[in-house]
Amino acid sequence: MTSHAMRDAWYPVGLLSGLSEGGKDSLLLGENITVFGSATGAPSVECSGRTLPVVRRFGHLWTSLGTPDKDLFTIPEADHPERVRVDVGVVRVKCSPLRAVENFLDIAHFPFVHTDILGAESHPEVSEYKVEIRDEVDEVWATKVEFFQPQAARSAGGGITTEYMYRVPAPTCAVLYKTCPPRPGAWDVIALFVQPLTEDLCDVWPWMALFDDESALTDLIHFQQLIFLQDRSILENQIPKRLPLDPAKETPTRADLTSVAYRRWLKRHNFTYGAQLVAG
Amino acid sequence: MILYDYILSPSCYKVRLLASLLGAPLDLRPVDFHPGREHKAAELLALNPAGSIPILVDGDLVLTESAAILAYLAAQKGGYWLAGDAPAAIARHQQWLDFSHRLTQALGGARLVEMLHFEGDLAALQTRGVAALRELEAALFVQRLGGQSYLIRDTPSIADIACFPYVALAPDGSIPLDPYPSIRIWMRAIRALPGFIEMPGIHRRHDLAPDPFAEVPS
Repeated sequence: MTSHAMRDAWYPVGLLSGLSEGGKDSLLLGENITVFGSATGAPSVECSGRTLPVVRRFGHLWTSLGTPDKDLFTIPEADHPERVRVDVGVVRVKCSPLRAVENFLDIAHFPFVHTDILGAESHPEVSEYKVEIRDEVDEVWATKVEFFQPQAARSAGGGITTEYMYRVPAPTCAVLYKTCPPRPGAWDVIALFVQPLTEDLCDVWPWMALFDDESALTDLIHFQQLIFLQDRSILENQIPKRLPLDPAKETPTRADLTSVAYRRWLKRHNFTYGAQLVAG
Repeated sequence: MILYDYILSPSCYKVRLLASLLGAPLDLRPVDFHPGREHKAAELLALNPAGSIPILVDGDLVLTESAAILAYLAAQKGGYWLAGDAPAAIARHQQWLDFSHRLTQALGGARLVEMLHFEGDLAALQTRGVAALRELEAALFVQRLGGQSYLIRDTPSIADIACFPYVALAPDGSIPLDPYPSIRIWMRAIRALPGFIEMPGIHRRHDLAPDPFAEVPS
């Protein structure tokens, strides 16, 4: 049974550049949907004869099974005209949609999963950072996250200490702001938009808005796909399949503060599709 | 030598892996395979009418079949990774290179359907993939009984490299490797080779990496 809170959220269901006029069947929260492109520029989504609400944003088509009480979030930094906006493309992952987001929020795995790229086994320390649930916007934020990275971005020449900010504006979406190697003071924006197909299957649509004058678009896509596919093989082997929200189930450490806040925020809103409420 | 490459392509990875094992430098030219489908666009079709990657360009030579590319790289580095002169070894080597296409079609096909939304009959691809894995498992088991770690002898050849990536990534197509102990030991041997490189889904052997804390401060 899908919780109503999750039904009222927005979810990505396709790249605007890749929609098919004939329609493409998909799933959303376990329900069959069909996503239609349109030559006249008005794509639509249907579910059991119902036409669902749609929003076009960040290069993707978004929809909701319920009645969203607020507009899809925005990423004002991404609108800067000099940024390159990159559709990375879909990757299907056999994991809980909430687990996909939680993994994206974690930095402690960098040295071991993204070895010599986002982390180095010789530098596994996660220094103290700040996490809060910002009530005025109803989002989870982690700031002042710092990490040593051998190759932080496609545009990074060598190892640097990268600063990160994480933001969870919707139950299955996370936005990461990170130091932008060619432009000190600016932030690269990397987002993970997750379409929950079922409680243990999701389509992940990574997306980026970067300042990068040097790299070719394909290099940027490949870099992000490389990173995400390294995550995928870990995500598919996590146990339990669904994200545990019972505090008795796991013992977090200081490095897991973002995850703890994310789980608490999910629970507060009854965003529990893909979660395990009671320790099994 | 220019390799038209895609970071998530097991066939491109074969070439990158062998080049690394041989110490042969490659100039990589990234191809936007997904989501861009650049391999089906005019520039690459002119180079390879089959619309596939990898493509290796070395001067006037253009190679579009991964087994041919592996043979070319190996031959340039003294032929140690080729089959040698014995007729049976040459034939068995060729047999496994041909067999690797079955892995590409079945396991690779299942992977593209499961992971990147490609069209295909998943159940049929998985059935063919499992049949190929069982055949490989049986052959590697016999090799191991005879004291041989690899497909045609006790040292690796390009046949091992041709078969390795799609096998290692079978779980991406929802085909578990748990039932195949000989395959897993063989994959472990390949991952232990000096110069081994990883690709997403195929990990390096962290357990054998040097202990980062082992250095004694001077």
